[in-house]
This record gives sequence, C-alpha cells and structure tokens, in this order.
Amino acid sequence: MTSEPLLRVTGLEKMYGTRVGCRDVSFELWPGEVLAVVGESGSGKTTLLNTLSTRLAATAGRAEYLMRDGVWRNLFDLSEAERRLLMRTDWGFVHQNPADGLRMTVSAGANVGERLMAVGERHYGRIRSTAVDWLTRVEIAADRVDDEPRRFSGGMRQRLQIARNLVTHPRLVFMDEPTGGLDVSVQARLLDLLRGLVSDLGISVILVTHDLAVARLLSHRMMVMKDGLVVETGLTDRVLDDPREPYTQLLVSSILMV
Amino acid sequence: MSARAYNFAYLDEQTKRMIRRALLKAVAIPGYQVPFASREMPMPYGWGTGGVQVTAAVIGPDDVLKVIDQGADDTTNAVSIRAFFAKVAEVKTTTRTAEATLIQTRHRIPEHPLTSGQILVYQVPIPEPLRFLEPRETETRTMHALSEYGLMHVKLYEDIARHGHIATTYAYPVKVEGRYLMDPSPIPKFDNPKMHRSPALQLFGAGREKRIYAIPPFTEVVSLDFDDHPFTVQEFGAPCALCGAEGVYLDEVVLDDKGGHMFVCSDTDFCEDRRAQGFGPQVTEAAE
Repeated sequence: MTSEPLLRVTGLEKMYGTRVGCRDVSFELWPGEVLAVVGESGSGKTTLLNTLSTRLAATAGRAEYLMRDGVWRNLFDLSEAERRLLMRTDWGFVHQNPADGLRMTVSAGANVGERLMAVGERHYGRIRSTAVDWLTRVEIAADRVDDEPRRFSGGMRQRLQIARNLVTHPRLVFMDEPTGGLDVSVQARLLDLLRGLVSDLGISVILVTHDLAVARLLSHRMMVMKDGLVVETGLTDRVLDDPREPYTQLLVSSILMV
Repeated sequence: MSARAYNFAYLDEQTKRMIRRALLKAVAIPGYQVPFASREMPMPYGWGTGGVQVTAAVIGPDDVLKVIDQGADDTTNAVSIRAFFAKVAEVKTTTRTAEATLIQTRHRIPEHPLTSGQILVYQVPIPEPLRFLEPRETETRTMHALSEYGLMHVKLYEDIARHGHIATTYAYPVKVEGRYLMDPSPIPKFDNPKMHRSPALQLFGAGREKRIYAIPPFTEVVSLDFDDHPFTVQEFGAPCALCGAEGVYLDEVVLDDKGGHMFVCSDTDFCEDRRAQGFGPQVTEAAE
C-alpha cells in the first residue's frame, strides 16, 4: 500500500460568472481507489469532473497530481502541451455518450490504437494485436476489430470507449455516467466488467453518477453534492446505509425498490 | 507602349507585398501554413487561384514561365494560366522544364529533375492534412503547434485495415524537416520522393483556404509510414507506350469504346523530349 495519495484537491471552485458551478471542494484520491460523486442534476458533479480533468479552468483552489515521475504538480499550472499529454497517456475520460469519446468513422481497432500512435507507436502489427487484445478484454469479439463503432450497439460502444481509454494503462480515469442510457441488463454486465478491470489494473477512478446503485457497486468512497457543495463524504456503504445529512437521506430514500 | 490596363502581373503592389511577406514566413518555417489575405482572382476557386497569386507575387519580367496541369502543358487550365501571365506580365513562356525559371503546377512534379534557382508553385485545394480527421480548425492548429500527429497514422492504419496496404495514393502526408505535417497537394505519392532535398524552392498556395506554405531548397521531406508497412511509390507494369520511358508516372488513355487503352507519360514535355531524341515504344516479344 502506498502512503501517498494520487490527487489532492483543496478549495476547488468553479464559477460561471456569478453562478456557482462547484465550490469549496477538497478531497484526496488514493491509488486504486474508486470515488463516486453523486447528487441530483445541477448539483455540480459534472462541473467538478470537467474542472478536475482540466477540461474547464478552475476559478480558485488547487488540484495537485502525483505525476509518473513522482513530482507533485498543480493541474491548473500545467501547460497545454503537458495537459494534453496527461490526457492521452496517464488519464482516461469515459463520456456518458460514447460518440463523444470515440471516432465514429474509423474502425474499432484504430479507435483503440489511436493513443498508441499518439505516443509514437509506428508498428502496424503491434498496434493491431494490442487493439485485438483490448477488444477481447472488454468482451468485444476479435472479428469486429475492423468495424466502425457506428455499427456497434450502445453497450459495445461504451465498452470500446473504455478499451480506448485503458490501452495506455492510465492511472486515473474520469467517468461521467458511464452506464447512462443503457438498459439494465447491459448496465449490469458493463458494471461487472468495469469492476473487474479497475481492480485488476489498480486504476483510480472518479465516477460521476446519479445512480446510487452504480455507486454502491463500483465505488469505495462517496461524495454527495448539492448546489455545488459537498454535503457528505464517507465510505460508500456507510453513506448509503447510514446517511447523516438530510439531503443524503432524501436521495437514498428516493431509490425505487422493485 | 501605352499605359497598361493592369498592374504588372495583375495584382497591385500592396497585395504582392502582402503575399511575399507570407511567403517569407512560410520559407522561414518549412511546412507551416501561413494565413494570407487571399484575393478574388479572375477565375473560379479550384482552378488554381492560390497558385496564381503566388506566381503573380514572385514573377519578374525576366522569368520564363511553365504551367502544367496533371503533368500536361496543353490542358485548358495550363494553357489559360500561361496565356494570363503572358498577357499581364509579358513574360516568356515555355513548355520545357529545363528552360523554365518558374513552374506553376497542379497535381504533378515534372519528371525532369529540378535545379537550383527554379521555383515550383503548387495549387492547393485543401492545405490541412488533418482536415478529414479533425474538422475543427482551432483543434488542428493546436495539434500542429504541439506536434500531435498521431491522428495522421490513424488514417494510415485505417487504410491497411481495410485494404491490406496504405491505399492513399495522392496528397500523401509528409513530415517537413522533422517538424510540421504537410499536405503536398494532390500530387501522386509517386512524386513525394522528388520533394525530399530538392534543389528547387517549392511554394504552395491555397486560394480558397487562404493559406501559403513552402519547402525551401534541400529540406527533409519524409512520407509517413509504419515500420512494418514502409512507404512505397506506385509501379507501372509497362513502359510509356509512346516514348518507352520506365520509372515515370503514367496516365491511362482510353483509345476506343471496346476497352482499348494505353499508358503514356503524364509529363507531356518529358515524353516529347524523349521522342525528339529518338526514343520510341519498346518492342516486346509479347507484342501481337
């Protein structure tokens, strides 16, 4: 067990003009840990995710990240070149809509291979075999490697997006509602797959979801957000089984029981 | 002679200065696309408005101009651009590559090796090699700025995945002086090796897209490829049917409506030159 966290966030704030996106967010993320950010629509979950992944500029606060060379860097001080390199090597970003994270007009193999080519791999045979290997790991048949993702089902697209992100062995993956828009049985399989991959590869994940069941299955720890503020933090089971804040109690009690 | 209706070489002096400034910057940063204030020309976009503006900006009264279109000196576009400069700049024109000081081209590099002091001006339809992969201009500019060119290999990967080999045959992407990714305009990839360390100055003008770029003499121009799928040029099974030349780029000419066809040099000047020297069709044993 390492004694240092991977990410240290202190007093993070993102304002949209005078409106609050998220405010006063502080937490630490440890290697191999899955942190779920839950809350209703408009609570600032996605703003937080986009700010942390430097897709948005923070208006205040720090987010220090332990780079692969062991140096702590404030993400908001990185140059654009460093940020983009981080984005395509050490990080992953899984979008809710796979079309946002995939190139829909190139084959599945090229989608998986793009990151490899971006970091300088120039051997077609190796790129292709790595792509096939990753497709198999996300349960996509190897003979679909030359098909375009627009001929894939929603669940397959989402799995392809995950493979595309994991091919460079990132240490931190951001996920924005990865199971949104999938039917429940496909969701269940995807969650199973994600849980396996995350624990096998020891990836840290920041997972944004409004689905408490997804958070329960995947995450170790949980942050509940409301109106841009974190209202409750704790181990997932503790927060869900024994919610302390009135808002969390409301969220938990709103789950439909079948 | 009475006052001309046009300024020398059609464009006004301020416009020519503006284009020359862009050209100087382009030469200073090989392969970098320099924006310029492209003008309306008395011809439609797609007919070489970029090339014509570059030519107009660099041409002088002592220049000898050659214009080719797909290698030929006698096609409509080549004839009319040559006539245009003969009229507005009163320069000598030629069809012979070796005699020309300035060559405007569409889709070919002449077979005759270019020499130091010659300028080759390309007409470019789409200057951005990444355009069909990444539609956003802001994004492609960032990618150029940060040398993020992995995406171009995605295109080549797709070629191999679909066709078993790199099937891009024209506008084949190149890396200039180890830095900028460049679209060499729609020349066949057969001509790509001719750009590498060429003693001639190569200028590229895209009129509609308002971009100018350049390859100064003796610049490294490397065609992209994979380690296990190296760059190769087209090969032709038979020599030119008129002059017997081998190792040159050939065009297919349809002879009748019964499937008859022959392959001849696409560079008409090169072919005529060889025939004037006495070369003819190669006689093969398999001839009927």
